[in-house]
Amino acid sequence: MSHAAVADEHVLEPTESPLTPESWGKLGMWIFLCADAMSFGGLLAGYGALRYGDPTWPRPSSILGIQLTALMTFLLICSSVTMVEALAAIRQGDKSGLRKFLGLTILGGIMFLCLQAYEWNKLIFLEGQSIRRNNFGATFFILTGFHGCHVFSGVVYLSIVLARALRGAFSAHQNNGVEIAALYWHFVDLIWILVFTFVYLL
Amino acid sequence: MTVHSPEQLAHEHRRYLQVFAWLAVLTAVELAVIYMPIPHLAIGLMLVVLAATKAALVALFYMHLAVERRTLTYIALTPAVLCVLLVFALLPDLGAITRALTHATPPAVEAEAHH
Repeated sequence: MSHAAVADEHVLEPTESPLTPESWGKLGMWIFLCADAMSFGGLLAGYGALRYGDPTWPRPSSILGIQLTALMTFLLICSSVTMVEALAAIRQGDKSGLRKFLGLTILGGIMFLCLQAYEWNKLIFLEGQSIRRNNFGATFFILTGFHGCHVFSGVVYLSIVLARALRGAFSAHQNNGVEIAALYWHFVDLIWILVFTFVYLL
Repeated sequence: MTVHSPEQLAHEHRRYLQVFAWLAVLTAVELAVIYMPIPHLAIGLMLVVLAATKAALVALFYMHLAVERRTLTYIALTPAVLCVLLVFALLPDLGAITRALTHATPPAVEAEAHH
């Protein structure tokens, strides 16, 4: 058996998933994302149930900075583009492209978190909003906080993928790790699209 | 470990940028919609449709559901269906807090009534 064949045995997964022939990991991530989507669905449905018919519920645009969050939305969309570019780069065997675009994606996530910290700081310390003040505050901080935790986890996750990329773990033929991380990051972007619409704009 | 031809990759690259442009345009439309002088219900419906379109674009093209096996799409759609059912399950509770606050009997009065 050649060295290449021995190496391949360690790299390839022993069996293939019938749903995602490339990897079991991808199927695992999809199932996790479905469960996570239900968590967000529950929070959003609870938000709707509390908000509906409550005449004291403030109009979100009168309290929340729509321009700032529109910028945050744009940042996450941009970071999704850099993430697909990172995957496209490594599929062509472009390792420096992978590192560059992964770095830009992480930067987008960190900038998003900084803007969210700025927004929360303004709302809590300058405008007196809090998680205990009313139902609006409770649902707003729980929903955006839960999403922020996901962005933070995503930044940590992508940093680990970047560290692996720097050690040369990925190639044109071996890039499942990047694709699975990309699924998570796009999901975080997708959820923000919904949170932005239902919590900030509606 | 899908291996793509250079033509496929170039096509995918163009598609990614097209989706990005659509997402940016739809976000701008959402921002314009909230300031339109139309009934709040119409604004709400338009926003829901726009958000669902943006979410579908991300899932189909960035998460590659458009080219994955159909069964994976069904798996991905499951939470969306369950969330819609959840909203219907919560319908009887809509506005419950408001009703409770409006019709609540002050605890002191209630306690006196028992005596």
